[in-house]
Amino acid sequence: MNAQIREQFPILHQEVNGHPLVYLDNAATSQKPRAVLDALSHYYEWDNSNVHRGVHTLGTRATDAYEGAREKVARFINAARSEEIVFTRGTTTALNLVASAYGGPRLQAGDEIVITPMEHHSNLIPWQQLALRTGATLKYIPLQPDGNIDLADVEKTITPNTKIVSVVYVSNVLGVVNPVKQIAEIAHRNGAIMVVDGAQSTPHMKVDVQDLDCDFYALSSHKMCGPTGFGALYGKRQLLAAMEPIEFGGEMINDVGLYESDWKDAPWRFEGGTPIISGAVGLGAAIDFLTEIGMDKIEEHEAHLATYAMERMSEIEGIHIYGPAKRKVGIVTFNLDGVHPHDLATVLDTYGIAIRAGHHCCQPLMRWLEASSTARASFYLYNNEQDVDRFIDALVQTKEYFGDAIG
Amino acid sequence: MQLDDLYRRVIMDHYKNPRNRGTFGDEAVTVNLNNPTCGDRISLQLLIEDNKIIDAKYTGEGCSISMSSASMMTEAVKGRTYEEALDIATRFSALMKGEDVQFDEYEEIEALSGVNKFPARIKCATLAWNALRKGIGEDSTTN
Repeated sequence: MNAQIREQFPILHQEVNGHPLVYLDNAATSQKPRAVLDALSHYYEWDNSNVHRGVHTLGTRATDAYEGAREKVARFINAARSEEIVFTRGTTTALNLVASAYGGPRLQAGDEIVITPMEHHSNLIPWQQLALRTGATLKYIPLQPDGNIDLADVEKTITPNTKIVSVVYVSNVLGVVNPVKQIAEIAHRNGAIMVVDGAQSTPHMKVDVQDLDCDFYALSSHKMCGPTGFGALYGKRQLLAAMEPIEFGGEMINDVGLYESDWKDAPWRFEGGTPIISGAVGLGAAIDFLTEIGMDKIEEHEAHLATYAMERMSEIEGIHIYGPAKRKVGIVTFNLDGVHPHDLATVLDTYGIAIRAGHHCCQPLMRWLEASSTARASFYLYNNEQDVDRFIDALVQTKEYFGDAIG
Repeated sequence: MQLDDLYRRVIMDHYKNPRNRGTFGDEAVTVNLNNPTCGDRISLQLLIEDNKIIDAKYTGEGCSISMSSASMMTEAVKGRTYEEALDIATRFSALMKGEDVQFDEYEEIEALSGVNKFPARIKCATLAWNALRKGIGEDSTTN
């Protein structure tokens, strides 16, 4: 599938520091295909207007594009209806919306919120702060030594006092795919709702929120070939309908009086102000692009690349890979003995290779791994084995360079 | 970009053989700083007498640039008055902006001049110096 796909990403066809760019920082953000870039410029060149207000033609076009994107997102994750999709600034905003608008008024002392130590800060801090605000208890499902979740631990952690369970579908560090469907079943059996952080799953695999039976599901546009600053929250209809808005202003109202007002129905009541229309247009184009290729194919391709990369990395003495021995997704987090990840990332950058180094917005997980910092290579549909080979060659060079410099 | 500009032998030497790594007791002024974007952290301790840095030690975790910079900084400011230490810190900021400055007190610092060509790494080099500024700007224990 690869050569034609690569062709469609203009940014990949450049040299960085005198070498062809090898972009392996896809878990941080993905690159954008020509189709998305064209959709954005077409929107601004032809259709730009505000939504839901204009009587004129451009207003109708912009509204159709914006609401059309909502339908695309709904179909992409198999929501029952497009009204279950709230547009947000991204996964972070989506998760904060659930914590504030759902959790805020409903939680009290004695209630429990259950998450895991592998959560990204965006699926940890909102719950931590909600617990502090409401007096609820924050609990963590422990991890197995390889980073996986054991359902027996889930059973032990979730109790009838648990009101909210929130778990990341795919870890941005460990590369594990969590059994969120089974966790949702346990949550529901105990009367809790299930929230899924889908930032790293939605771009890379087929997602079916009805099959998962999760109550909320958050995703980001920019990790799935769409523009930054945009994302969505899926919420079951009856839950969204029962939630009060947390932002007030234009667009989200039904009737405004001097002393009282009421709101539109969900999802629009959560979209106060002029929305990120271009974000919706771009995400819609990205979904068309990904759907045409096929999420099954993308998933298979990335699993192959990660497996290939891990095989080749294991040939290098001193490489330590975090997480389980096998990968279904394209995330490989590692360290190289004697070379700090920042130094490693800097050296790789001089070879035109972009990887991530640091704590990956997962400080509690880093402590669990007993690593202050790690390096991460993450793959997407446009990467190929040659990218992996260049990455491996550069790793070997880095090791030699630091060996010499130290020696 | 030349890697050797960044990773000169003297930097790697300070990374592998850090000077002044360790701790004092409660008598020292302690500054804990971290770099939230990357996880580097330093705990700098200064023994102070009459606005003079009698001795300096540090512990921490981080890349070769941040840790070698801490090693060099502590070497450079030991035995200096606040005024002298601040003067060195000011010149270090200038060095990070690519200016041509000298460190006659401790010439090895000049090896860090190459960091200027790697903008993403400047914050690594300045961590220890920011801790120093904090330490001499306040006479009580910080953090």
